[in-house]
Amino acid sequence: MERRTIFPGRLLPVLLAAPQIVLTAVFFLWPAGQAMWFSAARQDAFGLRTEFVGFENFSDLLADPLYRESAGRTALFCAAIAALSMGVALLLAVFADRDIRGRAAYRTLLIWPYAIAPAVAAVLWILVLHPQVGLLGRWLNRHGIAWDYRLRDAQAMSVVVLASAWKQVSYDFIFFLAGLQAIPRTVTEAARMDGARGWRRFRTITLPLLAPTVLFLLVVNLVYAAFDTFGTVQALTGGGPGKATETLVVKVYRDGVVNLDLGSSSAQSVLLMAAVIALTALQFRVLGRRRAD
Amino acid sequence: MKRRTLIAGAAALGFHARAQDSHAQAQAGRARVVFWHAMNSALNDEVNRICAAFNAAQKDVEVVPVFKGTYPETLTAAIAAWRAGQAPHLVQMYEVGTGSMLAAGPAVKQTWQLIGESGVAIDPAAYIGAVRGYYSLPDGRLASMPFNSSTSVMWLNADALERAGLDPAKPPATWPEVIAAAQAIRAKFAAPTACTTAWFPWIQMEQFAAMHDLPFATKANGFEGLDTALLVNAPPFVKQLDRILSMAKEGTFRYTGRDNSPDPVFYSGEAAISFNSSGGRADIVKNAKFRWLEAPLPYDPELTQAPINSIIGGASLWTMTAPGRTPAEYKGVAQFLSFIAQPARDAEWHQNTGYVPVTLAGYEESKRQGYYDKNPGADVPIKQLTRGTVTPNSRGFRLGRMPELRNIVYEEVERALQGQQGAQAALDNVVNRGNRVLREFERANRA
Repeated sequence: MERRTIFPGRLLPVLLAAPQIVLTAVFFLWPAGQAMWFSAARQDAFGLRTEFVGFENFSDLLADPLYRESAGRTALFCAAIAALSMGVALLLAVFADRDIRGRAAYRTLLIWPYAIAPAVAAVLWILVLHPQVGLLGRWLNRHGIAWDYRLRDAQAMSVVVLASAWKQVSYDFIFFLAGLQAIPRTVTEAARMDGARGWRRFRTITLPLLAPTVLFLLVVNLVYAAFDTFGTVQALTGGGPGKATETLVVKVYRDGVVNLDLGSSSAQSVLLMAAVIALTALQFRVLGRRRAD
Repeated sequence: MKRRTLIAGAAALGFHARAQDSHAQAQAGRARVVFWHAMNSALNDEVNRICAAFNAAQKDVEVVPVFKGTYPETLTAAIAAWRAGQAPHLVQMYEVGTGSMLAAGPAVKQTWQLIGESGVAIDPAAYIGAVRGYYSLPDGRLASMPFNSSTSVMWLNADALERAGLDPAKPPATWPEVIAAAQAIRAKFAAPTACTTAWFPWIQMEQFAAMHDLPFATKANGFEGLDTALLVNAPPFVKQLDRILSMAKEGTFRYTGRDNSPDPVFYSGEAAISFNSSGGRADIVKNAKFRWLEAPLPYDPELTQAPINSIIGGASLWTMTAPGRTPAEYKGVAQFLSFIAQPARDAEWHQNTGYVPVTLAGYEESKRQGYYDKNPGADVPIKQLTRGTVTPNSRGFRLGRMPELRNIVYEEVERALQGQQGAQAALDNVVNRGNRVLREFERANRA
């Protein structure tokens, strides 16, 4: 039986919802609407001359090989971050779920990186990986490995993936740990009695029961990698070398804020907005199914 | 996402300006001049000091300096504020933003207009030619006010040169001499990195073009029209890039990142020869634990025997408009600008910050005070800036979206340094991609 509390009147609910609605309107609906209008216009930085160009900004973008390259790069970047952060988080969660001494301390420590601002995280990684200043970077170069992420595409990509994934491990870890703890002990005990060994038990019992968490985290990680990594990438490589680490959000920033090409930048924002809406819809579906389970 | 920041910023500015207005009324009678700048840490203190000195020197105007972040952030903030009708009176704009500001029409009051309206005398001829040229219209009228200017020079580690058997008293003057010195440094293991450069597009392309009197773009580097096109895939530039690529290949040159990120590579003693801004002097004095010297940028003897002036970097001050701004406020701006251009002020700014003096009188004043006797080499940038006669090729650049053009140079050079393309292909790509950016700017800014 579901219990409901019903408030009389209209004023109170409207009043309670108002701050959120106003915030959404001012900080989302209005700017998003402006971005859509800008994406259909060509305008100088100061807004002195505006010309309506319809879908020209979009067709220019889609015809631009650099934009398509950036989209492909972003897909690779997101997949790598999701795989790395979720893989590591799952491993850590499985071990932290065991009965070990000081479990609470390990768990707290694992959650720390989540609290670090992206730019600060980037500086930490620079101190480790910089080829002349960083501890690990200097060690690699001394041992004959030509390490220089500022001039090698693949190295630069791995550095930004590593730094971004590291920050997300904490978040994934919490969810995996909660997911693992929700698996009834009796099921794993029964499997153990039947003689299933560690890996087999994990593969056939734990993983399927963890599937909803995996699916949920996959969506969250993709959204994180695509949109929340700007600070880390900008501070670490600024999109370089060449365009090796220029993801779609970095390109929006560069075209809009540095280059002041508002039309193209807005068109890119609108495309990204469509992508977020699609991913969020997917996330709600996943969450909804999870609740129904 | 960006739009959201802009709007939020504009809203915050609105509140801020309102708070300032009420504060202004409290100080009855004094015109308030809000001055946005991008000078952080020690330079920020220096800006505050100048403003305080101006405020103490007279009673009609009060200048309020506000630090707004990096150069690009200051530019974006100024644009957002103008769109919201809340622009500052004065904004510091980096030299590559000059093209954008010139296209800003009614958003700015160019210096010659300001001089004419306010009646405050500011003589353009007082400024060093290479400084004035960058911020002037083709007919010589000043568009913005020269403020903090630097140029690029060659920094050398004297200890490393000696270890390599070279004479620090005779630093290399030409590119072949730089290559020979770098080879000696590498052969004797005198430093881990023989040679490196900061600000690649500015120093190795733009300065190179100016000093050798080569056109960087058509239409007098963009001074004579928006329909300008890049010319940097011409043979002298290809040769210049090729030279650096060969040095990288033989291990005498190392690329150490974009913009100013190579700074510490010189301070730490890692690199023996570093091409960087002359404005780094104060940091080098503070950080370098070895003997060092400052020398002019090398030239290519096959192109010229007498290189002319290099160009400047740094920023200038633009006067901005806003609804309801009074003539008294503009006059206050003009008075402040004429105050900071006084020889004593200019010399003090130059000596305290490491930027070059922007006026000839400021240079003379520093000479008279014996500054260059106490700081040998500190006049190298000024001599390099005032060398020869300024030509249309060495006046500076008037290209729209110049920060993006520099990004393109970085990207293509980085790909070349990784061996993905040769010098000619890299510069062809720069020209093709750069011209697309210039055409887009032209279309967005056509009157």
